[in-house]
Parts: sequence; structure tokens; C-alpha cells
Amino acid sequence: MGDKPATKGRPATKARSGARRSRPASTPADAAALQGSAGEHGSAQEPEFVQLLTPDGERVEHPDYSVDFTDEQLQGLYRDLVIVRRLDLESTALQRQGHLAIWASLEGQEAAQIGSGRALRNQDMAFPTYREHGVLWCRGVDPTAPHGLFRGNDHGDWDPAKHNANLYTLVIGAQTLHAVGYAMGINYDGKVGTDDGEAAIVYFGDGASSQGDVHEACVFAGVYHAPVVFFCQNNQYAISEPVERQTRTPIYQRAAGYGFPGVRVDGNDVLACYAVARHALDQARHGQGPTLIEAYTYRMGAHTTTDDPTRYRTGSEVESWKQRDPITRMRAYLTKAGIGDDDFFASVDADADRITGRLREFVIGMPDPDSSRLFEHVYAEESPLQDAERAWFEQYQSSFVGEGAH
Amino acid sequence: MTRVKQFPLPDLGEGLTEGEILKWFVAPGDRVTLNQPIVEVETAKAAVEIPCPYTGAVVEIFHGEGETVDVGAPIVSFDTDPDAGPLPEPETGGGPSEVTGPLIGEQSADGRTAVLVGYGPKESGGKRRARRPVNGSTAPAPAAPAAVAPAAAAPAPAPTPTPAPVVPAQPAPASVRVLAKPPVRKLAKDLGVDLTTLTPTGPNGSISRDDVLSAQSAAAAPAPAAVSAPSFGPDREQRIPIKGVRKLTAANMVASAFTAPHVTEFLTVDATRTVKAVERLRGMRDWRDVRVSPLLLVAKAVLTAVRRHPLVNSTWDEANGDIVVKEYVNLGIAAATERGLIVPNIADAGRLSLRELADAMNELVATAKAGKTAPAAMQGGTFTITNVGVFGVDTGTPILPPGETAILAFGAIRQQPWVHKGKVKPRYVTTLGLSFDHRIVDGELGSRFLADIGAFLTDPEAALLAWG
Repeated sequence: MGDKPATKGRPATKARSGARRSRPASTPADAAALQGSAGEHGSAQEPEFVQLLTPDGERVEHPDYSVDFTDEQLQGLYRDLVIVRRLDLESTALQRQGHLAIWASLEGQEAAQIGSGRALRNQDMAFPTYREHGVLWCRGVDPTAPHGLFRGNDHGDWDPAKHNANLYTLVIGAQTLHAVGYAMGINYDGKVGTDDGEAAIVYFGDGASSQGDVHEACVFAGVYHAPVVFFCQNNQYAISEPVERQTRTPIYQRAAGYGFPGVRVDGNDVLACYAVARHALDQARHGQGPTLIEAYTYRMGAHTTTDDPTRYRTGSEVESWKQRDPITRMRAYLTKAGIGDDDFFASVDADADRITGRLREFVIGMPDPDSSRLFEHVYAEESPLQDAERAWFEQYQSSFVGEGAH
Repeated sequence: MTRVKQFPLPDLGEGLTEGEILKWFVAPGDRVTLNQPIVEVETAKAAVEIPCPYTGAVVEIFHGEGETVDVGAPIVSFDTDPDAGPLPEPETGGGPSEVTGPLIGEQSADGRTAVLVGYGPKESGGKRRARRPVNGSTAPAPAAPAAVAPAAAAPAPAPTPTPAPVVPAQPAPASVRVLAKPPVRKLAKDLGVDLTTLTPTGPNGSISRDDVLSAQSAAAAPAPAAVSAPSFGPDREQRIPIKGVRKLTAANMVASAFTAPHVTEFLTVDATRTVKAVERLRGMRDWRDVRVSPLLLVAKAVLTAVRRHPLVNSTWDEANGDIVVKEYVNLGIAAATERGLIVPNIADAGRLSLRELADAMNELVATAKAGKTAPAAMQGGTFTITNVGVFGVDTGTPILPPGETAILAFGAIRQQPWVHKGKVKPRYVTTLGLSFDHRIVDGELGSRFLADIGAFLTDPEAALLAWG
């Protein structure tokens, strides 16, 4: 895969390492989008990125990322988007009602997560932050599994090995190192080079792009040619800090410095996110090394339920992003293309209601964890020291009046 | 299962304890659906809308707009089955104190906590898991939240009550949550002060370090108590024997007042830069363990000014017909102690660096407060500072300790309107009062000396540069 000159439409700007070709400079549109105008972020005009579905729901082609979706695929993607948003809104409500300590909302970022999540193959491994509820959904993780973490009960209740989705990482950017290490392992195991090859994908945000861990991960990925995809959801804010205070250049252009390609995709376009991620993952599994994807999107809600975004961004900015909502455009496209009718949309809503009802029931009735779980999975094999610590802890717990675990 | 469900205010952020009701979107009687916004609450972190936890009808709203509510306190109740006819009587009039369902932190019959998140209502403050008695020793009883129906309480038998000293016939202090920062709690514990007996003066009704210290000194100082709470005899008079420090002070004051002709002058200065200099010192790494107050810079100002006007640091030697001017300054600091006024001094304070001076002053004050000042430390003073500002007064006309020629009264530093650079600004202003012995010091010298001290406090850095 190489560069194509920018001819028409929205070119993918890619950068290969080496002296073979020079990298296109950032455009004024980039600058306008990233620097913002009148203090707003990405609202003035869309930056240069890969797009297959416009905000109005028009299907457009891209020379580098041509994907034919079946009707079933398109319906499935829409269904995913709707369900993960409903789950997310319900989780926020559950926090407001006192059943969760905190919730990190994905609202607005559904397309980036579903597109990339559905692009994964079973053998691929995903390394999430703490916001990738949509990716977990795509990995077949039960939608109730992350909620123990947000209630303070456990670290997440899914088996990373079974679903090929690691547990949530709260340390900003640390999972990039885990992913690169995992991907280097794939190389050492020789599981690259064919269609059955494996790849890792790691999620992080625009804020994490300033972390040292992310830099180190990119250095190792580039030098060791690791089969990893860096999937950065640029949602414009690191809590309250806007993206122009993270970087002077578009994030995806940083890849050139590490010697692998970088590409920016419309993060609110599920089709483009799928196409770009699929391509990058296939490159990785075929031994072509890492890719940095910048999914240009927007966090519609607060950073977490503890945050108040009205203190640092304007209502008009949020409104302008609402016009680019990932679900609205997908629904418009399905309607226009005759792929989805009212019955279909109603059935999706009914599914979403049913699943969120189950989530509510689960969270309200979430059992307190058995304290012995503290000692499980710390090491692959237990040790005498751990046995002694467990025995002490059980004795300590039993010294309290009433229930052992509180 | 009861039809009426109460909704306690959850912890909407992380570790919040209260929230203010901004706006109710519903009223009693309104039908509501799950997750419909019902109320907007502002916390220290954000203003958020709370989605309705039930489908049904609003029964009662317990807190109106503008009220600040503790996390865990019920704010509204719902009828979860409004189509099932009128509510049974016991369920209608229930205020928040008559909760039938499990409260926050309480366990319901199925053994799980009603609402996990949050600190719980104030009434249950200071809750800790009770320990089982071990080897016959006793453990504190589990603190049962007040006014909660015991139906769902923990089934374990309550062990014997706490052996901790409790003043009998006093309402249990557990019903009042005392606000105090952990270091203040530690201090109170160390000093044996019961926080629940104090009147808080700190921010948000919290107990400050000073509250604890003053309570402790009030408790530990029977001597002042004799003055403030005298025990009168049948003739409604009390006779206090004149002895000890009182007698000595009296003799000294009389001797001084009737031998040295006192002149007192006042100077009001803008001490804002002194206050800032003190803050800077506190922020310095190698000063972090040192207690620094403006008194330190006043002392430095005096020592600096004495070097420029040595005659104020002298003694009238009547017997030999000399004025003895001293190169050394034994700087006295008047200290109010349990035993009365004592004036220990820092020997040869003029030779000390600022840091050494600070250490010496802190040691002097600590020793005096502990009542351990050695007699030798109270002799040979050459100049005294009396810090009447700590009592909140502006200034005074101090009387010279015998043998000394000048004494400085340092009044309270207060923010006051002050003309600063042509505009009226709030500035830290204090008034200095200097008494001097007119036998030695004339008005001119006394005024220049006082003006120097004032200039120092107005701009300590410049004074140290120019005169240091």
C-alpha cells in the first residue's frame, strides 16, 4: 500500500518511512480544524480525513479504502451503534442514581469503536482504555462485565484470554506498551505473514498521545516492526484540555517520526473506521508493521460523570458536532438506500431496551465481590507467600462483626 | 416490597458529601418514567440532572430548591405502583426519618446494600465496621444510624459498649458529625481534646487547629481560669494572694513607671510586604519545618534598627552616673503564660541569622508556654517586644522592663483600607507603639528609630538590602 496523490475527494494522507517519498505537509484545513476557530474544536470545517459516509448519510468512495458492505453488515453496524449508545446512557443514569461510583461515557465515539471493533478478527487482541465499551461489545464481552470496575467491585469481569480483549487500563497510555509487547510476541511466535496472522490493536486518546508511554510504545513498534495498530480516538479533549494543547501537528502525522504510516479517519463514520482499521490490521497480520490511526471524533458527554463539560466548551460547539452524529448519518443512509425500514429500526430499539433493562437489573443487584477474588489471577501459579497473605486476610475479615465482606 | 421508594442523594462525583438542589422538574403527584430528569443538583464538581430511578408517581419532595442536602439523605419518594389505588396510611406521611426501606449503607433483607455509593447520611457519621471482641477485650459497639428502622439491621449481637471515657448524662456525640481535618483530629487526640465539645470557627463550620489549641489551653490553665471564673466568697469578693510572678511584675512595673519618664509614640504601617515575606519564607524548602510569623520580621526590624541607633539599646546607670550602651542585644519577648507575664530573652540576638533567630524564638516561646523558662533566660534583657497583636488589639503604651530603654508593642495585623499607589486598597496594616525612656532617648531619636522599624516592615527586602 502506498501513497496516492491527492486528486479528488478526501485523500488518505499516509506516510511511509524512509526517503522514498516525502510526506504531505499539513494543510490549512488541518490547522483550522486543530487550532479551532473562535475557540471551538473541529466545528468550523471538517479536516482532511478518510470518509465513506458523509454527515448527511451520503455514501462516498475513497480510492484507498474501497469496501463493499453487505446489507446484513450495514444493519449489524447500525444495531451495534444504537445498542452501545443506549447501554452508555443507561450507565450514566445508573451513576446519577447512585449505583455506580463513576462512568466514562462513549457517547459520540460509537462509530470509532464499532468500526474498529468489527474490523478485528477473532485472533486479534484488543487493548482498551477505560472507555471502549463499544469495542468490548464487538468482542462478545457481556455488556455488564465492565460495571464492577465502575462500582468499585472488581477490575472488570471478563476473561481477556477468552475474548481477546484486555481488561480496562486506567493508567493513561500504559496499554500501548502492553499492546506492543503483545505484538512483539506475535512476531516472535511467527504468527504473521498470512491471512491467519494475528494483530494487536491498542486504543488511546488525544490526551494520552502526550504520554511518555505512548512514545515509547511507538518507538518499539516501529523498530521491531510489531503487528500493532495504534487507534487514537481524538475526541478533542483530554478532560478539559483541548487537543491544540496536546500537539501542534495532526496526531496521525506523528507516525512518520516513528517510521510507520499514519492515517486520519472520520471517527464518526463507522464505515470509514471499519475500512481503515481493517486495512491497518491486515497490513499488520501480513508482516507490514504498525499503523497509527487517528479517528477524528468528539466526546458528546462529559469526560466522566465527575466532569462538567459546560465549564470549558460552548453549546454551539456541541451542537455543531451533533450535526455529525454517527448514528444519525447511518440511519439516514440505511433509510435512503432502502436497507433499513421502520420495522428494522423499531426492532433495534427493542433490542436496545431489552439489553439495557438487563444491565439496569444487573447493576442494581450487583453482588458484592467475594473478597477471596482479590487473590485470584495475581500470578499464574499461586505461591506460599500468597497463601499466607490470603490466610491472614481471611482471618482479619472474620474478626469483624457481621458480614465478612462489606 | 413497599410501594413507596425513597431516593437518597447519591454521591454524584467522587467523594462528595453534599449537593445543592437547584431545580425540581417534578412535583408531588406527577407521573414519572424511568430516567426522566427529575432534579438538577449542583455539587462542588458539577451541576447535573438526576434521572428518575423509578417509573411511577412522585409522592413527596423532602428538600426544596436552594437547600443543601447531605449525600445519602432522601430527597424524594416515589409511588412505584400509582395505579394500585390510594397509598396505605403508614406509607403516605413518612418523612425522611421514617424510612421503611433500607437506607444508604443499610442492608436490606437480601443482604445487599441499598445504595452503594456515597458517604451515608450525617446521622451515621463515623461509622466503622465493628470488630469482634478478642480475648475478653471489648470492641466499640456498631454505630447504629439514628432513626433507622431496625428491621434490616445487621443480625450480629452487639458486643459490650465501648470502654472509652464518655461524659455521662450527655447525649451521644455520634449524632453530630464533627468537621475537622485529619491533622486537627490527630492534634485533638494527642492533646486529649474532645472535638464534639468545641465550637467550630474554621471554614464550613469545621474545627480549626486554633479551636483545639485554645480548648486545650483553657482546660490546662487553671490560673487564668481563676481570673475569668472567680470564686467569690459570701462578701462577693475574692482575694488573690499577691505572690510569684504577679508580685514580681507589679514591683517591676512600679519601679519602671516611677523612675523612667515614659514617652510613647505610634506608627501605623502597611505591613503587606512583611506578610508576603513571611509567606515566602514558609514556602522555602529549608524553612518548611520552622514556624514563622510576622513577629520574626518585627524582631529582625528591631535588631536592624538598633544597629543604626544603638542608644536605644542601653541602660541608665544612676549609681555610676553613666549611660551604658550595649553592642549586644538580648531581645526580650513578652510571653503570656499560665503563671503570668514573663519576658525571656534571646541572648545576643543581633548576631543571629534570620533562621537562627526564628529557631531561637520558637524555642523561647515553646519553653515559656511549657512553663520551663529558666530564670537566667529572663535576666539581662536589653530590648523587649510585646506582641499584643495576638490578643487582637491594635497597640498599647507598654511600660519598660527595668533597666531597658525602649520597648515595642506590636499590634494586630489586619486588612484595612489603605492608600496604596494612589488607590484605596485592602492592605495588611498594623500599628506599632514604642515606649522609651526620655532620660536617654529624645523624641527625635525615638521617632527615627520607630520610623526605621516601620520602613523595615513596609519593605523588608529593601531594608535588609540597605541596612542588613
